[in-house]
Amino acid sequence: MRLALLNLLEEVGSLTSFSLRFTRNALFPPYEFGQIRKHLDELGAKSFPLVGTTGLIMGLILALQSRPVLARFGAESFVPAMVSVSVVRELGPVITALIVAGRVASGIGAELGSMRVTEQIDAMEVSGINPFKYLVVSRVIACMILLPLLTGIVDLLAILGAYIAMVIDVNISWRLYLHSVTSSIWMRDLLPSIAKTVVFGFLIGLVGTHQGYTTKGGTEGVGRASTTAVVISSLLIIFVDMVLVKLTVIIWG
Amino acid sequence: MGIIDVRNVVKSFEGHTVLNGVHLSVDKGTTTVILGKSGTGKSVLLKSVIGLMTPDSGSIIVDGQEIIGLPARRLDPLRRRMGYLFQGAALYDSMTVRDNLALTLERNHPVSNEERDERILETLRMVGLENAIGKMPADLSGGMKKRIGLARSLITNPEIMLYDEPTTGLDPITGREISNLIDSLQEQFHATAIAVTHDMACARIIADRVAILNDGTILREGTLKSLERTGDEFVESFFQT
Repeated sequence: MRLALLNLLEEVGSLTSFSLRFTRNALFPPYEFGQIRKHLDELGAKSFPLVGTTGLIMGLILALQSRPVLARFGAESFVPAMVSVSVVRELGPVITALIVAGRVASGIGAELGSMRVTEQIDAMEVSGINPFKYLVVSRVIACMILLPLLTGIVDLLAILGAYIAMVIDVNISWRLYLHSVTSSIWMRDLLPSIAKTVVFGFLIGLVGTHQGYTTKGGTEGVGRASTTAVVISSLLIIFVDMVLVKLTVIIWG
Repeated sequence: MGIIDVRNVVKSFEGHTVLNGVHLSVDKGTTTVILGKSGTGKSVLLKSVIGLMTPDSGSIIVDGQEIIGLPARRLDPLRRRMGYLFQGAALYDSMTVRDNLALTLERNHPVSNEERDERILETLRMVGLENAIGKMPADLSGGMKKRIGLARSLITNPEIMLYDEPTTGLDPITGREISNLIDSLQEQFHATAIAVTHDMACARIIADRVAILNDGTILREGTLKSLERTGDEFVESFFQT
């Protein structure tokens, strides 16, 4: 128990110092714009099919499940509003972040871990390349840009999925559905949600790169880095979401 | 005083002392081979010379500059004058051979695109692998990887070369080819070099001087001929391989 606590504290300390190093390196030039663009392409292409499909099905299921319950209270017309608000405020950002954590954080952890154990990171260092900027900063920034974009797509697809369910069940018109959705979403729903996704992107990128960059112990270490990256980033997403939801409620009511 | 001076270097890992007061001096333009059994700290010593590892105590002076404790911004200009061949070549496996060389060149000596492409081809030609320019590291054999690793180190025309087990993991014929290639490149570039190995065949081809590392210290140092006649059983055991 004591050892586990010490390990946890060590991990927290290491991650904190890693994030400070990230901030220092991200603020000062040279900037690796080419690498950021490359990672955006790669990570976006990797994640889009999975998050897109999940978003569409999530909206569809939400509408299918909630319509009969709301119909019992004569509140069937609230289905579009309920789906869109819950997706935009909470489900979209969190589900997207958890999927990207599973897909991207593990990939980053494995890739950098493999580079560490095969001395590729050392090779960069002796070649006068700053491996931290080149490998870590570029990936974390790419994740911070990517998450809001992917979440936006997931939100839209979920709302579309809910519309499909509504058409199947009650043959609602697109205009009425859209009006119901747009009149229920406010800036106070959108802004905290976007801010939240940037934080989730930072966490995913940071944990993935931290696990990979500090890998020890050969191929076994690479596997461990990949798995641990998913576990830690998923836990952090859920924990930070709880804190941010409370903060949003305090600020926006 | 040599261009590389290692003085009383000590390095321990979790209570186990790997280097225990190493002294070594390497003269400009010469190739010193550090011979030693596996796990005796040869690679640790080499990594300390280029600042990848920090010794617990001692001093490492490269071209008049103390390496230990040097911040990255002051270490980088010195590293730009050095090349390092890693044991497993350490090619960037997400990049083609061309990009492996281009990245190193662009970051150290910004040149025009034409000059860059010309230098990449010229360097690949030197190691006999100009046809591998578009290949990924995963498509290369162990010997080819070593050659490309060598090309990547040489593309910046380093004044100092460090070779970490250049022939490990290769069959004897490929190992000899790599050793001969290193020898001819050393002659061509007149670089100062340190090579660590336990391969006596490689040492015989490339060494001007040899240092034997054992129990964390340099046991003997001299030319190959002088070491062959030391009468020391341990030293002579290397020459019998």
